[in-house]
Amino acid sequence: MYTFSKKLKTFSIILMVLGLLGVGFGFITSHKSFEQVEHLLAEEESHHGGGHGAASHEATSNHDTHAVDTHAKSGHADAGVDTHKKHVEHVQHQIANRPWSALYVAAFFFMMIALGVLAFYAIQIASQAGWSPVLFRVMEGITAYLLPGALIVLAIAVASGTIGHYNIFIWMDPEVVADDKLIQGKSAWLNIWGFTIRGLIFIGGWSLYRHFARKFSIAQDTAEDKSNFKKSFRITAGFLVFFIYTESMMSWDWIMSVDPHWFSTLFGWYVFASMFVSGITVIALVTIYLKSKGHLEFVNENHLHDVAKFMFAISIFWTYLWFSQFMLIWYSNIPEEVTYFVTRFQAYKLPFLGMVVMNFVFPLLLLMNADYKRIPWFVVMAGLVILFGHYIDIFNMIMPATVGDRWFIGIPEISSILLFAGLFIFVVFTALTKAPLLVKGYPFRKESEDFHY
Amino acid sequence: MEASKVIHAIYTDDDVLMSAVKKVKAERHHIEEIYTPFPVHGLDKAMGLAPTRIAITAFMYGLVGLTVAITMMNFIMIEDWPQNIGGKPSFSYIENMPAFVPIMFELTVFFAAHLMVITFYLRSRMWPFKEAENPDPRTTDDHFLMEIAVHGNESELENLLKETGAVEINLVDKAH
Repeated sequence: MYTFSKKLKTFSIILMVLGLLGVGFGFITSHKSFEQVEHLLAEEESHHGGGHGAASHEATSNHDTHAVDTHAKSGHADAGVDTHKKHVEHVQHQIANRPWSALYVAAFFFMMIALGVLAFYAIQIASQAGWSPVLFRVMEGITAYLLPGALIVLAIAVASGTIGHYNIFIWMDPEVVADDKLIQGKSAWLNIWGFTIRGLIFIGGWSLYRHFARKFSIAQDTAEDKSNFKKSFRITAGFLVFFIYTESMMSWDWIMSVDPHWFSTLFGWYVFASMFVSGITVIALVTIYLKSKGHLEFVNENHLHDVAKFMFAISIFWTYLWFSQFMLIWYSNIPEEVTYFVTRFQAYKLPFLGMVVMNFVFPLLLLMNADYKRIPWFVVMAGLVILFGHYIDIFNMIMPATVGDRWFIGIPEISSILLFAGLFIFVVFTALTKAPLLVKGYPFRKESEDFHY
Repeated sequence: MEASKVIHAIYTDDDVLMSAVKKVKAERHHIEEIYTPFPVHGLDKAMGLAPTRIAITAFMYGLVGLTVAITMMNFIMIEDWPQNIGGKPSFSYIENMPAFVPIMFELTVFFAAHLMVITFYLRSRMWPFKEAENPDPRTTDDHFLMEIAVHGNESELENLLKETGAVEINLVDKAH
């Protein structure tokens, strides 16, 4: 049995406390009055000079969601609309959105790691993989974060539209919808009750599978026959079907709807690739950590090699989907869908292109060599870059729609990461102490222990 | 040209062959060649063969392919005749790059795959009218053959090979 080391527990609690303080600071400093924002803009204008200010203004007004946003806010005003007032209110809203979005991005990022691991775990069982059973308990430990993590994501999303002032999802704002024919047309799907109920169904389905898979896995340890293994195999097949539908819908609801005027058909797959590769990377990191502490003597470098191969391959799969989505939209250049990438190119050039380097070029070159895939510190290094890259990926999906060009990776963002990283470590390593780290009665255990590449 | 002698030891089981290889290596005899009807996993390690470098050549061929694709399209589409085709920005390579990526990818794979296969043929000396170098036709079906050079130690070698479970031991004159 693994015991949660005191050091790590303290570390995770420190992360959570620091994160909470930072998140609180972010919320306190983001409430700016109209005059304060006006003053801030005037200062920026004089600081940067007129040319730059005009350019950044143009960049924000290109973004349809915000055009709608400001449009709605001033919809009741007369024909002689004060463009200055509209602009200031627009910026004020963006500044207020920042801590919400920072929290949401980090919460989603850690939730999707757990969900990606659950999908990977299910695929290993369904395909009756012979190499991975020694890692099953690590995967089960990581998926323990799914239920709390997903509930937190849903809670933040709903809270942003009920407690907050529609800080993440613009379609939750009745004033915006009243003025927007496009969102009205989608309101049969995009309404807050539907959103909440669908979210609860997704989370319920995933957590039920996780609960029973874990239960059968532990029951198989002491069982005389293979009935638990068979039951687990059957529910896994069902879960994978459920998962691929709900994952798609979840990505429309929880991510794509931040830009309610935009849509993309392969978006669900794209989000899936991101969560899958992050999940596999975290399996590798947790495995290497536990092995370095001497808890996984049955895991050898061949298992690490296989996990690293998955990191390599799925990184390329992610790039394939990212590029397919980007290139199809870039090539046809249809105004209603290309705005999505125009905003990202104008205001997010570094994160947008930097993410491709971190998620593709870096793992491609580092993890191509078979020998490097067997060196723990090498895999850890590549893994940290991949994880950071996929955080930026989620950042690029949410931020341009909510804070526009007012983005920065500062205290609200870093604190949110710390908060959820601490929670993630705490939940995962607590779950790891609940059961032995080797699946005893699993039919492929012996094959997995002797696995040799 | 002096004819030297080799011993052909024939086995009918790959596990027996593996342990025989280990024994012969332990006795510090040099194994000239082993003929098997199918790949025997771990045989190269047991024989102490150096790992292949063909993956490294494939990587370099891939880089060549990528360079060819970039140079070709940069010249044709950007430098030689930068036309306006459907509004695509042909001002610089980077601006129109997404449109070139499918070709860059395919040529990288094409060069890496084909040149690697050709390298494999060259290094393994394989071509259509090549005369087969098979010492015993049964090695393509169900027999394994180990060839060891003899330097006046025939009886010692024969005894050793018999111990390892060889079903047949032949002393063969091999013309150089």
